[in-house]
Order: sequence, then structure tokens, then C-alpha cells
Amino acid sequence: MNDSPSLRTGFPLTFGLDTFGDVHSDENGTLNSHAQTIRNIVEQGVLADSVGIDFFGIGEHHTDDYPLSAGDLVLSAIAAQTRKIHLGSAVTVLSSDDPVRVFQRYSTLNALSSGRVEVILGRGSSIDSFPLFGYDLSDYEVLFEEKSELFAELLKGSPVTWTGTTRAALKDQDVVPHLEAESFPTWIGVGGSPQSVVRAARHGYNLILAIIGGSPARFQPFSNLYLEALEHFERPAQPIGVHSMGHVAATDEQAQEEFWPRYLAVMKHVSRTRGFAIPTPESFKHEIGPHGAIYVGSPETVARKIAANLRVLHASRFQLKFGMTGLAHTAVMNNIELYGTKVIPLVREILGSES
Amino acid sequence: MTSPTSTTTLPRIGILGAGHVGPAIGRVAIEAGYPVSIAGSGDPAKIALITQILVPGAKADWPAQVAAEADIVILAIPLHKFNTFDPSLVAGKVVVDLMNYWAPIDGTQQLFEDPRYGSSEIVQRHLSGSRVVKSFNHAGYHEIEAERRPAGSPDRLALGVAGDDRKAVELVAALVENIGYDAVLLDSLHEGRILEPGGPVFGASLTKEQFAQVLTEKTAA
Ligand SMILES: NC(=O)c1ccc[n+]([C@@H]2O[C@H](COP(=O)([O-])OP(=O)(O)OC[C@H]3O[C@@H](n4cnc5c(N)ncnc54)[C@H](OP(=O)(O)O)[C@@H]3O)[C@@H](O)[C@H]2O)c1
Repeated sequence: MNDSPSLRTGFPLTFGLDTFGDVHSDENGTLNSHAQTIRNIVEQGVLADSVGIDFFGIGEHHTDDYPLSAGDLVLSAIAAQTRKIHLGSAVTVLSSDDPVRVFQRYSTLNALSSGRVEVILGRGSSIDSFPLFGYDLSDYEVLFEEKSELFAELLKGSPVTWTGTTRAALKDQDVVPHLEAESFPTWIGVGGSPQSVVRAARHGYNLILAIIGGSPARFQPFSNLYLEALEHFERPAQPIGVHSMGHVAATDEQAQEEFWPRYLAVMKHVSRTRGFAIPTPESFKHEIGPHGAIYVGSPETVARKIAANLRVLHASRFQLKFGMTGLAHTAVMNNIELYGTKVIPLVREILGSES
Repeated sequence: MTSPTSTTTLPRIGILGAGHVGPAIGRVAIEAGYPVSIAGSGDPAKIALITQILVPGAKADWPAQVAAEADIVILAIPLHKFNTFDPSLVAGKVVVDLMNYWAPIDGTQQLFEDPRYGSSEIVQRHLSGSRVVKSFNHAGYHEIEAERRPAGSPDRLALGVAGDDRKAVELVAALVENIGYDAVLLDSLHEGRILEPGGPVFGASLTKEQFAQVLTEKTAA
């Protein structure tokens, strides 16, 4: 199908940046402290706003190389310095949090930012929060199922009544602060679990496909499943988004030179903890090519790839996970600037001219 | 039997598990001409939509029914659910075990914390009435469709197939080949440990030659 995404689902195109709170290095190549990392993220969010990016998201992590365990606080600092950009989690590990607290924190942020909050809920592929907060990994299905159900109740507004097995029941509970207008947009991030796709539709959440490896086009059946499930549950159409990692620089060569050594270092680390093979220059070439999941290159290269995949996946939102751990702060800021001023207008142009 | 006559010669694949992995395998098995049934943990109504969209052509059914009708059962459930899995469901069957045990992801599972045995050997011990074959575990489910190639293609990838029962191994090897991969046969489930997380094959996309190379290096070491 050649329909532009906005035609297919009726939603305007929007573009975001996601960070996991990756620790970057200064101009001498020395890794920044956690505190400096956090202050830099505020600077990045403010820059993102000034170059016209629609959304800035912080993914909850609890590790030395991703010290962003309280992203909502960082977002409130960004909110205070910006006017337009939407702010949210990418993702909130709902399974190991209390939905009531998550709602309270983000409805507070929504008040502070005058209605610019979006929340993305995840089951948690980054599993460091489970042992930290005393949850058993074997319970992740029931935790996520119950908590995403409760969160949907909270979004409808108070009073809230809910019973389950994973937290205390609520009976006609007033949960504050109340929302000013209708609830903020809430998405479920899905990495390939069809149950999660159906769950998103059942509770009326938007869908974000987290595509971190392999061919993005293979996710098309998941978009179809979501649209079909929305119909099945007699819900109105809702937007689909894509989250993938990448890096933009002036030229393909520069982007690859900056990104590859950082990516390799991160993947070596991840391989050790997850038990899989380390990427090779060949597998990397494949991932950054048209059939891979990583968006590295010049604004033209990255824009073409984003446009193609939004189209295939019936998606109207793209979120670039930028700023691979260890990149220089200046390269990261340059990436944000190019994404806002070059990539996004190009994608709009490519998709607009087709509709 | 409702399957088309052209497929009745191929064994029926019964997939237990309709999560990330089960539907991905079901889809490529159907495209290779196999009749496929699939189950989640219970009522098939719960996976009707998933089956219809992700595994068109497959039959969604109750787990006991799927297992009973299958010639090859593919066990695609989370490893932490295995201790509650009823072995009598798959007694007498060839069972493909594609589960992986990796404590940082799965949490510590006492049943699998025995360094003397590979996880599939432990699965076989519990499924004593079945013939267990270890395969498909070392490929990412999200690549299984895109990486298929016709036999003889220079970039066709290989999948390991390990088991103690030669006939069962051959049946699964044929499935691997028909789907679009070269099968590399390993003589026992014990040998199959080389396919596990942390090993040289896991998550590495290897051709048959590269796979053979890894095996030689391993024996030499
Ligand atoms: N991720 C990969 O790339 C990859 C690759 C190869 C192998 N593996 C392995 O594949 C296995 C499955 O992983 P997954 O990610 O697909 O899991 P998953 O997404 O959590 O899905 C599990 C499925 O199993 C079903 N199930 C649970 N208990 C069952 C039972 N007793 N009988 C029948 N169905 C049952 C669940 O049904 P309900 O929803 O009804 O509970 C669900 O459909 C894991 O052991 C993993 O290590 C993963």
C-alpha cells in the first residue's frame, strides 16, 4: 500500500527524540559524571524544543551507564524552559512501579507543562528495576497486565475503583492532581509481543513499536494486528509510532565513524549480559541499510529510511533513540539540531508529496 | 483433517506458545507447506486475532488438542513456565525445545541451575516420554522470516539441530531445511549445549561453513 501514514490512520506526523540517559563524554573524551549527564539532558531537551521537535522522551534505567532512574524530574526542568515540545517517558517500566504514583507524577508534570505530557508504558525489556524494587521477573506478565489495566482506569479520572493481586485495591479513590482536560496521550511500547499489541488496543492505548534489530517491515503484521484489534474492541482509530536508534551527522561517513565504535562498545557490554554474539562491521552495515533497524547517516539517508518505514508500518510518529553511550556531547547536540532542522522537514516533504 | 491435500504429506506442526516466538515459527512453517496448529496457555478465543493476522492459515486450539494432533510439537513457552508444564501432553511426541535459559533475563530458575547439563537435557529429563530436539533457539525470532533463503544460496544461514534420537533429529532437520535454512546436525542434546546463550553460535548469523568452523574450533580448544 502506498498510502501515506497520515492518510491511512488520519493522524498528523509527529517526531520525537528518546534518550535512556546515556552517559556521554566531554571534549577530552572523558566520561561525564551522572550529575553532568542529567544536566546535559536538560540542555538537549531545550535544544530539541527550539529546533521544532514534537516530543522528548526519557527511558527509565537504573544502571551506571544509564543513570536516569527519575526521568520525570528531569522532564519537569525541561518543561520549565520550553513552550511547545511534548515531554514523556520512553518508557516507564510500569511492571515494577506503582501505577498510582506514575499517574500522580505525570499528571503533576502535565500541570507544570500546561498539558504537554505523553506517557509510554513498557513491560520492561530493561530488567534492572525488577530486583531493585523486589519484583520477581517470572511475574512480569501478571504485573504488566494488571498495572496497565489500573493505569487505564486512572486516566479516566477519579473516583477510581480497582481490584487486583499486585497492589492494594482502590475503592472510589480520589487520585490527585486531577487532569485539566481529557487524559494525556498514553502509549504502550511493544518489542514483538502480540499479547502486548492486543492489550494496547483493549485498554485504548496508542502503540509504539520498539524496533531495535532486523527488518522494520517485518513489524507490519503487528500494525495490522493493532488496527484489527481496535476494531474488534470497537475503539476509534489510534496512532502507531516507531522507536528505533540512530545518529545523524552531516555526511553518512561522519555519522558512521562517530556511531560505530560507540555502538560496538555498548553491544559488547549488552552481549555479555544477554549472551549473544557481538556485531560485526558486516552486520552493522546491514542494520544501517534499508533492511535494518538502525538510522545512521546524513539527514537525507535517515529521512528516506524514516519515511519508508513509517509508510510500511502505518505509523504517524517516529522516535529516534539518539545519543549512544560514549558519544561526544557536541556530536549529540549536532544530531539533535540536524534531526529538527533537516531530517524532519525532509520526511514531511517525502510523505507529504505522496498524499 | 481440514488441511489441503498438498500439505497432508508433511508432518503437522503443533506450536505451544503464541508469544514473540511461536507465531513467527508458525508463519514460516505454513509458508513451507506444513499444516500448523497453535495454542496459548488456554482458551483459543484469546489468540484468535493473533492467529488470524500473524499466522494466517494456522488453526488456533486448546494446548492439549494442539499437542495431541501434532507430529512435531514446538515448545515456545517462557522457560519459567516450564516447571508447571504437564509432560503427559506431549508424551510420545517429537518436541522441539527452543527455550533458552539465561539467568540475567529469566531470573534464577533452580530447575536449570545445574552446570553439568544443558537446558534441553533438563527438559528431556522432565519430558521422559518425548523425544526432545534442540533447535531454533539461537536465532532471533524477529529474523527468522527475513533470513530465509532457498537451498544452495551462498548466504543461506544454518540452524543447529541437536538430539539423542536420530529419527527425531532428521524430522526437525527437514523442517529447518524446508523453511529456508541449512540444518547442522549435532549428535546429542549434550552436544547441543554449544547452541546456548553465551556460546559462539547464539545470536550469531552463521552459514553452514562458518558453523562448521566454530564446531572445529570448539573441539580443538
Ligand atoms: N526472543 C527470541 O528471539 C527467542 C528466540 C528463540 C527462543 N526463545 C525462547 O522462546 C521461548 C518463548 O519466548 P517468548 O518470548 O515467545 O515468550 P512470550 O512472548 O512470553 O510468550 C509465551 C507464550 O506461551 C504461552 N504459554 C505459557 N504457558 C503455556 C503452556 N503451559 N502451554 C501453552 N502455552 C503456554 C503464553 O500463553 P498465555 O499468554 O495464554 O499465557 C504465551 O502465548 C522462551 O523460552 C525464549 O527463551 C526466544
